[in-house]
Amino acid sequence: MGVGASIPRVDAFEKVTGRAKYTEDLMPGNALTGMILHSTIANGLVRSLDVSEALKLPGVERIVTCFDVPDIMFPTAGHPWSVEPSHQDVADRKLLNQRVRYYGDDIAAVIAQDEVTASRALKLIKVAYEEYPPLLTMEAALAPGARPIHEECPGNILKQVTYQLGDFEEALREPGLRLIEGQYETPAVQHCHLEKPMSFAYMENGRIVVVSSTQIPHIVRRVIGQALGIPWGKVRVIKPYIGGGFGNKQEVLYEPLNAYLTTLVGGRCVKLDISREETFVSTRTRHGMQFHLKSAVRPDGRMVARQIEVYSNQGGYASHGHAIVSNSVNTFRQLYQAEKATATKSCTVYTNLPSGGAMRGYGVPQIIFALESHMQDIAEAMGLDPIAFREMNAMKAGFVDPLNGITCHSTGLAECIAKGRAYIGWDEKRKSYMNQTGPLRRGVGMAIFSYKTGVYPIALETASCRLVLNQDGTAQLQMGATEIGQGADTIFAQMAAETTGLRQEDIHVISTQDTDVTPFDPGAYASRQTYVSGMALKETAQLFRQRLLDEAARRLGIKAKAMDIKDSQIMEIRSGKFLISLADLAALAFYSLDKTQHITAEATHHCKDNTFSFGACFAEVEVDIPLGKVKIMDIINVHDSGRLINPQTAQAQIHGGMSMGLGYALSEQLLFDGQGKTLNGNFLDYKVPTCLDTPELAVDFVETEDPTGPYGNKSLGEPPAIPGAPAIRNAVLHATGVAFDRIPITPQRMIEKFKDAGLLEGV
Amino acid sequence: MFDIERYYQATDIQDAVAALCADPKAMVIAGGSDVLVEIREGKLAGVSLVSLQGLAELKGIRLEEDGTLLIRPMTTFAELTADPLIRQRIPMLAHAADQVGGPQIRHVGTLGGNLCNGVTSADTASTLFTFNAMLEVTGPAADWGGKGDPGDVLLAKKQIPIAEFYQGPGKVALGTGEILTGLRIASEDYKGYHGHYIKYAMRNAMDIATLGCAVNCRFDAACGHLEDLKLAFGVAGPVPMRCPETEAALKGMAVGQALNQIGARAAAEVKPRDSWRASKAFRLQLVRELSRRALQQALDFARQEGGAAHA
Repeated sequence: MGVGASIPRVDAFEKVTGRAKYTEDLMPGNALTGMILHSTIANGLVRSLDVSEALKLPGVERIVTCFDVPDIMFPTAGHPWSVEPSHQDVADRKLLNQRVRYYGDDIAAVIAQDEVTASRALKLIKVAYEEYPPLLTMEAALAPGARPIHEECPGNILKQVTYQLGDFEEALREPGLRLIEGQYETPAVQHCHLEKPMSFAYMENGRIVVVSSTQIPHIVRRVIGQALGIPWGKVRVIKPYIGGGFGNKQEVLYEPLNAYLTTLVGGRCVKLDISREETFVSTRTRHGMQFHLKSAVRPDGRMVARQIEVYSNQGGYASHGHAIVSNSVNTFRQLYQAEKATATKSCTVYTNLPSGGAMRGYGVPQIIFALESHMQDIAEAMGLDPIAFREMNAMKAGFVDPLNGITCHSTGLAECIAKGRAYIGWDEKRKSYMNQTGPLRRGVGMAIFSYKTGVYPIALETASCRLVLNQDGTAQLQMGATEIGQGADTIFAQMAAETTGLRQEDIHVISTQDTDVTPFDPGAYASRQTYVSGMALKETAQLFRQRLLDEAARRLGIKAKAMDIKDSQIMEIRSGKFLISLADLAALAFYSLDKTQHITAEATHHCKDNTFSFGACFAEVEVDIPLGKVKIMDIINVHDSGRLINPQTAQAQIHGGMSMGLGYALSEQLLFDGQGKTLNGNFLDYKVPTCLDTPELAVDFVETEDPTGPYGNKSLGEPPAIPGAPAIRNAVLHATGVAFDRIPITPQRMIEKFKDAGLLEGV
Repeated sequence: MFDIERYYQATDIQDAVAALCADPKAMVIAGGSDVLVEIREGKLAGVSLVSLQGLAELKGIRLEEDGTLLIRPMTTFAELTADPLIRQRIPMLAHAADQVGGPQIRHVGTLGGNLCNGVTSADTASTLFTFNAMLEVTGPAADWGGKGDPGDVLLAKKQIPIAEFYQGPGKVALGTGEILTGLRIASEDYKGYHGHYIKYAMRNAMDIATLGCAVNCRFDAACGHLEDLKLAFGVAGPVPMRCPETEAALKGMAVGQALNQIGARAAAEVKPRDSWRASKAFRLQLVRELSRRALQQALDFARQEGGAAHA
């Protein structure tokens, strides 16, 4: 069955029976254990490292320190490489670093026979530091005289961008405008993928092989080459099944160090199975951001001028850097348009905290929390209908972004809002929940979003695909794009069936990517795969189909144009008559004595388009005021992601994103002590919601047909995580009259603000 | 892979005591749900363990002749919650044990481990404070003097009230070679009482208490007055604690008045601290609100039974 059918996931059986092989399942039993020594200061220099005692421990093979690694700075962001140096990612770290930039920085590594020996060796290493005061807030890092965290970046500003469309100050002169300001703050959070980032590496024929739980095998190959200063072709990266990534694995994490470690022990296999605690501190986080928004609005609700000032906390290393907050600002500019002027300032600041990187939504959950809170605040302040106010100012079909040209080719936003509004009972509940008293109060809130699809034209969009015929008429599908738990393999199989005419069960998706054999694709990120990789797949499938028809034409003496492939059979179009099965055709192609041909197809799609997906979240909450507890009574996400390839897996994708939104709204945040040490880097203290904290999650769709999508489809992977937090925040506001401008809305913050608002007296 | 220097599986109580006397640095492992976590974190790396797993004499729940409930310490939380005697006599403890962690933890974690850890957040501890639980500790007899073969160790038992068992954060009244071997609740401490434990945490499962509140009381036949009240908190101080002043003040009070007063009185008596997990002010608000809600729930239970309390 092809596009539009809710077929079971092609990997479901392997995964639920435990047969699917993940990186850890593939680790050789005799692999050596690598472990990393992390700094116990946040800012400073490693003066010396004494490894003599550790080396004496039986079972320790090798210890390498920040003084030993190649003197090469490399970038880690999972972006396609840019051949233009000005667009290349910031290269600001070495494999191990003498200059300590956060509490937990990598300063040495041990290779030992087993984990216990390695962990004991780590404790025997003596470190002498030169300590500097930790710069734990953006304010501290930006203060005059603050020591640069990176020498090449004197003011600790990684990047700052300001621009205006129109003239903001001039636009404010219009008489009768209401100017409304708001300040909003979002926390650093972690992806919390089930499978930790882990890898193992060994050498084969003078080349390094790295098996890793990554979203981006081809980028990992390139960065290992760059970090070690070796030709990229000397590196082979294999990506097996992976247990989630959510952007943390759209990053080259410890693969370069792992590759380096195997070279130190003669190419013997070394594994780097980092702990959950290390994952929290030393991989990547979602950037915490601070927003200052200003809107000038006419009494009828039309926005005339808008301004955003946003500071993004980068932490110690650049990773994806300013690209994240750029995406926040782009979304600010795109979702709503001011009639006269839009002014923006964005600033990414180095601090001595764990590094921010890519995470599902890429800067958009942050801005949508700020923006949709702000829109609600404006509506309340001006007595506007919050939905009509949003609709009046929101992006319409045909919108063309004035700076990057991304065009709104299709939109179902208004229908999404209408569906959510009806589901939650918005009109009735907005009225009936007014003027409540008592300890338990209910409210409804909503938020909308827009999200682009892929990264064009900000960065390169390219993808490739290969189809290979088997002797029995079935085929292998090889995608450079990666299955990371989101269901990519399943919808690729559906797309291939749709376009080739093969039955879906006759298409075997090779899930593993191996940079030695897999066609090139940068990987799973930016909700790009159904759209960009889908186009490569469609072109490949068309080519493959044509080659099968040409082969049939040669064998049967019928024009290819007169034939079609349906259910793995060649049919005559005019009569609908069965001509030959693909199995028989393949047998002829492979084994006939006169002329044989192995039928394959391969195509690269260089994508030069983009499109917006949309959606809305509506939530109903009950707030227990004296206990500071929010109970989600009902919540729905309604999405326009274009045509759905597989409605059931699409729904599952939305469930997962909504769950992330709940944690972002109410409980998740990374906390640090005064020295920059992470306080809650484990699953007990970092509060991911459990199933008992999660209500039934309602999902609905508005299926538009996007003219640019290969099958009418648009982005779906990241959007579900975006609108939940502001919808919940706005529902709490409705219930209690208290506006939370900082997430997560934790019980303690609620108690504090309810107390200030006088809500704790007499309830 | 866990960094465990030595692991010894005890065969009975005497063997366990002997092993602990022979290696005073060794630690007892019961269910392992805390000890293994700390070994993995490195806090207990390289530890020597004496395991009490599978010792039949440390398992089980029974009623002694005088009506005293005896709970052996290797009883798991899941067993406590499911046990007919506990459900019938002290359902409050069945409920409290069911608030720990998640299903997996409740199937391995033990009551004894929960107490011997000495942490203020232990979900069963505050409830047991309201039952005046008496702990039976078994260790080497004083006149044995540590001489001779540890295998010939003479055993002695002593009874310690739960409030005296807790000596400080992570510190309990267990000397070298001593293990907890039983927990008793006398019939006068549960007969006629209705109670309720509220765990307040950031999540509805898989979490530790931000505050735990246990209320255990006896009402008059009409459920109009409080005849007796026992009020205990977890995480309102360095160890689980009772509130004797509040209890004394509310004894004999009409329930309406008691509901009005319990929160403020309790808040004046507890000593929570500021920590990154929760502020003192926040915890005090929880003390005020939860003590009232727990009392209300106890009253509702009593009324549902028409005053017929625990048999």
